[in-house]
Amino acid sequence: MAEVTSLTKPGMNAILDVERIRADFPILNIKVGNKPLVYLDNAASCQMPQQVIDRLVYYQTAQHANVNRAVHYLSEVATLEYEKARRKVQHFVNAREDREIVFTSGTTDSINLVMHGYGRKFIKAGDEIILTTLEHHSNIVPWQMLAQEKGAIIRVVPINDAGELDIDAYKKLFNERTRFVSLIHVSNALGTINPVKQLITYARQHDVPILIDGAQAAPHMTVDVQELDCDFYVFSAHKLCGPTGIGMLYGKAKLLEAMQPFKGGGDMIESVTFEKTTYAATPHKFEAGTPPIAAAIGFGEAIDYLCTIGMDQIAAHELELLTYATDCINEIKGAKIIGTAAQKTAVLSFTLDGIHPHDIGTLLNEDGVAVRTGHHCAQPIMQRYNVPATSRASFAFYNTKSEVDALMAGIRNVQKVFL
Amino acid sequence: MTMNSKSLYQEVILDHNRKPRNYGTLDHPSHHAVGHNPLCGDRLDIALQIENNHINHIAFQGESCAICKASASMMTTAVKGKTCSDAETLIHEFREMATGKLDPDYPHHLGRLTVFSGIRDLPTRVKCAILPWHTLHAALNAISSVSTESGNEPVQNAPGKA
Repeated sequence: MAEVTSLTKPGMNAILDVERIRADFPILNIKVGNKPLVYLDNAASCQMPQQVIDRLVYYQTAQHANVNRAVHYLSEVATLEYEKARRKVQHFVNAREDREIVFTSGTTDSINLVMHGYGRKFIKAGDEIILTTLEHHSNIVPWQMLAQEKGAIIRVVPINDAGELDIDAYKKLFNERTRFVSLIHVSNALGTINPVKQLITYARQHDVPILIDGAQAAPHMTVDVQELDCDFYVFSAHKLCGPTGIGMLYGKAKLLEAMQPFKGGGDMIESVTFEKTTYAATPHKFEAGTPPIAAAIGFGEAIDYLCTIGMDQIAAHELELLTYATDCINEIKGAKIIGTAAQKTAVLSFTLDGIHPHDIGTLLNEDGVAVRTGHHCAQPIMQRYNVPATSRASFAFYNTKSEVDALMAGIRNVQKVFL
Repeated sequence: MTMNSKSLYQEVILDHNRKPRNYGTLDHPSHHAVGHNPLCGDRLDIALQIENNHINHIAFQGESCAICKASASMMTTAVKGKTCSDAETLIHEFREMATGKLDPDYPHHLGRLTVFSGIRDLPTRVKCAILPWHTLHAALNAISSVSTESGNEPVQNAPGKA
């Protein structure tokens, strides 16, 4: 097997000191078999820096108790830290108030919350919901469940061959029955960055509430919900160096107030009798039960970590990786990129002639290269391109050009096996 | 960490992937089933012509990875001309081998099919190798379609849900 020699020297990158950043991620040093790990599955889940690991340990070591309950010292500390994390999320997306940030278990949970809290209360038979071909299953299935229950109708915005939304078609879908728009900011399967500002403005003009699924956007670019003027924005912590099991829902205060609770239980009530319960104010109305406190605090720490590096620097470095990887794979005969939008995050979805993605994934793993293979929970996109699955390399700010080289060498090795 | 994929992608498997045997359809199949793995989109169509409990003809067709296609190809050569109960024995033994429950050093009827024994170390790929056998089992038992992810089928018990 050919050794990988990189043309780039460590520290040569002007945008980020990647070698120093990599030192923060102990897991990047592991070996797969006898090969160094080349982790290119960041769109599925990003790795966690030591700073966040330490924060979780410190919380469990010195700060843990249940929140919003007792008057004792630890409960006060835990509550304070939990709410501090909420304000970190608030500032990260530039929300107007901290009560506009609801902690959820992740993007899927956030979308389900809006479906139950807003959709089940306000959407009726014959109403229309606009989605796009680019949606992850988590932004399709909840709305289908709602449509089935209410007799509502799902309308879908098509994409072109490059994987970009057809904006004219989007505009034409609006009519007097349109009640909700829910769409993805950045495609997890293709990397397409949607022109969300333009899409939101159009929904706004028709007075239709709009949710933006930012799971693949928030880790890679600056998000400003006030500037975007969306009604809801959702993402998960584990895709931006935080823990699993925690995510956020941003909702405009007046919408969150108008919504019904999703889950019932402790922490979300103002008073309970067997005759009647009155609910707590937002965001607590939506946070029934003991929340994942440590995870929320880790989420806050991950945001601090990313902000120290700088979202603009992250975006610039990742764009450089994408450009380099795109040029490299275009040199490989038989390789085809799926998703060639003009605006993309560092996601390289590809197929190799005559080789099934699962065979590619298994053989790349032999070279230590971790990619995702499959339908990426976006089967409508696979149907659009008429492929059962793709292989997807997704980059993070800690990835290097020499790792791109390792991927390309791995791809050539896969092709050799199938010669 | 066990890394057996190189030994799995050996020449016999690659050869059956490149030139699958008994690939196609039968004109008048007596038995037929479609197997589906929704996790990777693999789809397999198996047709049989059975007379007096003997598999006279078998053909398969479908979209799948190399492991699945080679497994299907080698399966057709293994069961062609055999009785249905011999085929069921092979189905059982192949599943046991793929899930690591059969020791290839003990007596069995798998012959060259043991090239797939390494699959037990790649839990996410076990279903790829088993799908053809699972589909054959369905065809023999007059079940028209099976899925690796439906609730009531034996592959469900395989370790390492992809």
